[in-house]
Amino acid sequence: MKRTAALVAVLAVLGVTLWLVWPSTPEVRGQAQRIPVVDGPADDQRVDLDTTFFPPPGGGKAPAVLLAHGFGGSKRSVRAEAEHLARQGYAVLTWSARGFGGSTGEIALNSPDYEVKDVKQLIDWLAERPEVRLDAAGDPRVGIAGASYGGAIALLTAAHDPRVDAIVPQITWSDLADALFPDATGGGPANGVFKRMWAGIFFGQGGAVQPGGQGGGSDGAAQGLEALNRRPEPMTAEQARCGRFLPSICEIYQEVAETGKATPEAVELLKASSPVHVANRIKAPTLLIQGQRDSLFPLGHADQNARAIAATGTPVALAWYDGGHDGGNGEADWLREQTLSWFGRHLRGEDTAPVSAFTITRDGGRDPGTRQRIRLHPEADAYPGLGGTDVTAVTLDGPEQHVANPPGGSPAAISTVPGVSGLLGGQGSTGGVSIDMPGQSAAFESAPLTAPLQLTGSPTVKVRVHGSGEVTLFAKLFDVSDSLQPPALPAGLVAPFRVTIPEGAGSAEATVTLPAVDHRFDTGHRLRFVVSTTDMAYATPAAPATYRIGLASPALSVPTVASLAAPPTGVAWWVWAMPLAAVVLAAVLLATGRTGSRRATGAPERAPAPDDAPPLEINGLTKAYRNGELAVDGLSFRVEQGQVLGLLGPNGAGKTTTMRMMMGLIRPDGGEVRIFGEPVTPGAPVLSRLGSFVEGPGFLPHLSGRDNLELYWAATGRPAADARFEEALEIAGLGKALQRAVRTYSQGMRQRLAIAQAMLGLPDLLVLDEPTNGLDPPQIREMREVLKRYARDGRTVIVSSHLLAEVEQTCTHVVVMHRGKLVTTGPVSVLLSTAAAAAGAGNGHGPRLEDVFLDLIGDKA
Amino acid sequence: MTAAPGYAPRRTLPLRVEIVRQFKRRRTVVAFGLLLALPWILVIAFQFGPQGPDSNQGLRISDLATASGLNFAAFALSASASFLLVVAVALFCGDTVASEASWSSLRYLLAAPVPRDRLLRQKLIVALGYSAAAVICLPLMALLAGTLAFGWDDIQVPGTGETIPALDVLPRFGIVIGYALVSQLVVAALAFLISTVTDSPLGAVGGAVGLWIVCTILQAVEALGVLREFLPTFWNNAWIDALAPELDWSGMAKGASISVTYAAILIAVAFRRFRRKDVVS
Repeated sequence: MKRTAALVAVLAVLGVTLWLVWPSTPEVRGQAQRIPVVDGPADDQRVDLDTTFFPPPGGGKAPAVLLAHGFGGSKRSVRAEAEHLARQGYAVLTWSARGFGGSTGEIALNSPDYEVKDVKQLIDWLAERPEVRLDAAGDPRVGIAGASYGGAIALLTAAHDPRVDAIVPQITWSDLADALFPDATGGGPANGVFKRMWAGIFFGQGGAVQPGGQGGGSDGAAQGLEALNRRPEPMTAEQARCGRFLPSICEIYQEVAETGKATPEAVELLKASSPVHVANRIKAPTLLIQGQRDSLFPLGHADQNARAIAATGTPVALAWYDGGHDGGNGEADWLREQTLSWFGRHLRGEDTAPVSAFTITRDGGRDPGTRQRIRLHPEADAYPGLGGTDVTAVTLDGPEQHVANPPGGSPAAISTVPGVSGLLGGQGSTGGVSIDMPGQSAAFESAPLTAPLQLTGSPTVKVRVHGSGEVTLFAKLFDVSDSLQPPALPAGLVAPFRVTIPEGAGSAEATVTLPAVDHRFDTGHRLRFVVSTTDMAYATPAAPATYRIGLASPALSVPTVASLAAPPTGVAWWVWAMPLAAVVLAAVLLATGRTGSRRATGAPERAPAPDDAPPLEINGLTKAYRNGELAVDGLSFRVEQGQVLGLLGPNGAGKTTTMRMMMGLIRPDGGEVRIFGEPVTPGAPVLSRLGSFVEGPGFLPHLSGRDNLELYWAATGRPAADARFEEALEIAGLGKALQRAVRTYSQGMRQRLAIAQAMLGLPDLLVLDEPTNGLDPPQIREMREVLKRYARDGRTVIVSSHLLAEVEQTCTHVVVMHRGKLVTTGPVSVLLSTAAAAAGAGNGHGPRLEDVFLDLIGDKA
Repeated sequence: MTAAPGYAPRRTLPLRVEIVRQFKRRRTVVAFGLLLALPWILVIAFQFGPQGPDSNQGLRISDLATASGLNFAAFALSASASFLLVVAVALFCGDTVASEASWSSLRYLLAAPVPRDRLLRQKLIVALGYSAAAVICLPLMALLAGTLAFGWDDIQVPGTGETIPALDVLPRFGIVIGYALVSQLVVAALAFLISTVTDSPLGAVGGAVGLWIVCTILQAVEALGVLREFLPTFWNNAWIDALAPELDWSGMAKGASISVTYAAILIAVAFRRFRRKDVVS
């Protein structure tokens, strides 16, 4: 015990020490500074950029990463990411883009004349830093990462500055005009439907003047709760109108937001800020991470960027993750891993785990332990595009249906509420709840699927619209399961489109490309294609109108990507290896634990015991308590057939321990016990010739006395006829009480029943421990007779008792023990006569056993 | 003559005798009574409980319980598998040797003599038999009670709300019960091991249940990562996969693997310890 405690203490001290001296991750310190840059179409505008530089904590020269923030953010919003990257050994520079946070200047929407020029000068600045590794003079090894607005600047800078070595743009646009004026028939932004709510939020964020942000030295704009709690400061008329936008952008936005139509000037302006038009100049390996829940920049934007960049042979990888502008980034860690391994590969030249060309996050059910969502990341070696590797045609069915555009465009259907859906959360993989207004939508449905269908990409369908003039419509594809669940709109995405019906034609056909999603339609589910006239997030015509919608072709083309359907990983090796190992270990445990019986009984000297072997022979028997004190110490004696032996000794003399060793319950430390010549080991067959009653009765309290005896006998496996129940029960003398449960018995009744149990089958050797305890005088006398009679029939009885008068009257022989040792042994009569002789026999009557006993154990004085 | 006439170690403590010895115990009767009554109590609870709005959004297993007898049985199993069955199994396996020790009847059995390995083997078989009966009787009674109360209908899958025909799902139900049995093997083995060490039956049952609870708490610590997969409780609910439209064996295979691994080692340790043990109770 002490040793164990010491071991635990030493281990604890070691553990704590190790924990204290374990090298902690190096601390990252940011250095804030303002970097002046010059930009503008004529390179004449001075802007102060508020930046923070995080040198690599390990020292030395490291590759640099420029970390850009999203729209409405500042360098503070990416601080945690920057520290994380710096801890991985990169020199990281964060900055507030012009017009944001503590930087001066106005927002020019990542224009090549403004923001891109700024970032090029930041790269110049990095080239001067001693902590940054250089590829050539003035050319640092640098990567750019950022999300949304920051992702676009990464793409645009890489297109305009060949010094950029790798980029990881997240959830960003390919063409900003397409994002704000989408048209699912491919008509371009001029024909697009204005994404009113997102555009409003987008411009609103840049429009708000960040009070205090202009002050030099401040570390950026207030964010989150801080910003909400700050008292709004009054603005000038110009500030309230355009905020920090460049006035030219502000004016164009106000015009299109009012009309809901993209003007050629607007399209031209947004084109300058759109990476897709310059993507063919990007030479830096690009990892595009796009959100599956993004109604602002849906997956199609990453698709366009990827195809444009890859066209010139630049390495591109795509990841569709679980998140986006509509919220729900539960896998920030995974994104970090992907970013790190991309930069590790392309900035450091490390041979890190490769990032697959195409990775999708899919729902993997729930963790069986925590019931948390599990995300799977199936991969493909090549990016198949939104058309998939295969196309499944699903037949839709439905008549032509009348739909109406409500006057004023209200009430409008709800699919995704920008900026709110993410806050509401709770969107599972099945997508959000979508509400269609009655009378505004036409629905076409497939038959229940006979096999699951994994849609990956953009489905297409041909519709026919009857009506006149310009018709604004919204297409969506629902997953309909059954009556219990509302139909799910995957990712909450809709495809707006505008059809112009030629004068006098009456109808027009259009091929609608539905939003790209990754969604599994389970067996039994139906695909429902819906065309509606309104959507809350978009600008719709105010004039009331009715149209008739039908399918031009009943086939819905559903792209699938077979290479992504990663085969289920086979059974993990440990599933079969571990039980096998455990069974082997168990077998070893059992095989090596086999001691005692085999060694003793299998010993070579073993010969059939002679028939005249004594009923009990004990040689040098020794047993120590756990503390080392000897309970039985070198005990040897022998009992002959027909004897009634009294085992005497004060409490603690080792009588009971000796008896337990006779029964094979405890293992001697030395010496041996032989019964009828056979050594006693646990479960030795010779024990079947021994009847025992040691340290009180042991019965099943819920069974009757008779059941107890019968079941005990049945447990010995011997024939019922050998039991001699009647003789044993007569000794017990319990009468009708035999039918009662043992728990109702008195101490004496149990005692008698236990003695009867010991006598079942009339064993050749009977061992009784204090048999007269709890018996009344007549019963004691009867017991005395029973024992004498028992031995007379050629059997042997061993009785331990402290009632010395009792022993004197019952026993023929005695063994006296004291402190584990044999004091004397012999016939009672001899013991008494020797004592009488020693005492001189002067007082007329012989000595009592009691006197002899006390003499022997030396307690008399 | 080395043994009494008619004595053979192979014939000691027959299973029939051990079954009778255990069956007449109040503990056994109460445990089975409770397990058999539970489905009816649940039926009554569902009948009297306020009828919730029909807009089932979550489609949790409890929302679907009244849909059909099969759904009800699945619910009863899920509600009881995490704790009630654990206690029942721990009771039968933890009590078996420790109670004999506490009654002192163990020493008389060993001196009869029933060889120690044989005693443990017979007791383990009977205890596992009772445990299995407990695990089986609950869902079967729930199936009966549910069918009488809510009718015989196809099963609705929790989560997705899909429907599987009743006749297709019956063999699946067998898989569920079979897996529940295998996953309880750890509890059984653990309780049995403690039972051979202690003289207190309650200590054995409580010890096994306590360790079970600790494991359940540990598996909620996500920081443990993949290590949690090797906790014996981790795959306890993997049988839900058997009721999915597409039978997924992977979770159950892992769970069974873990369960068998722990059980084999724990039982081997129990035998090894008991062989060398000094019986002083």
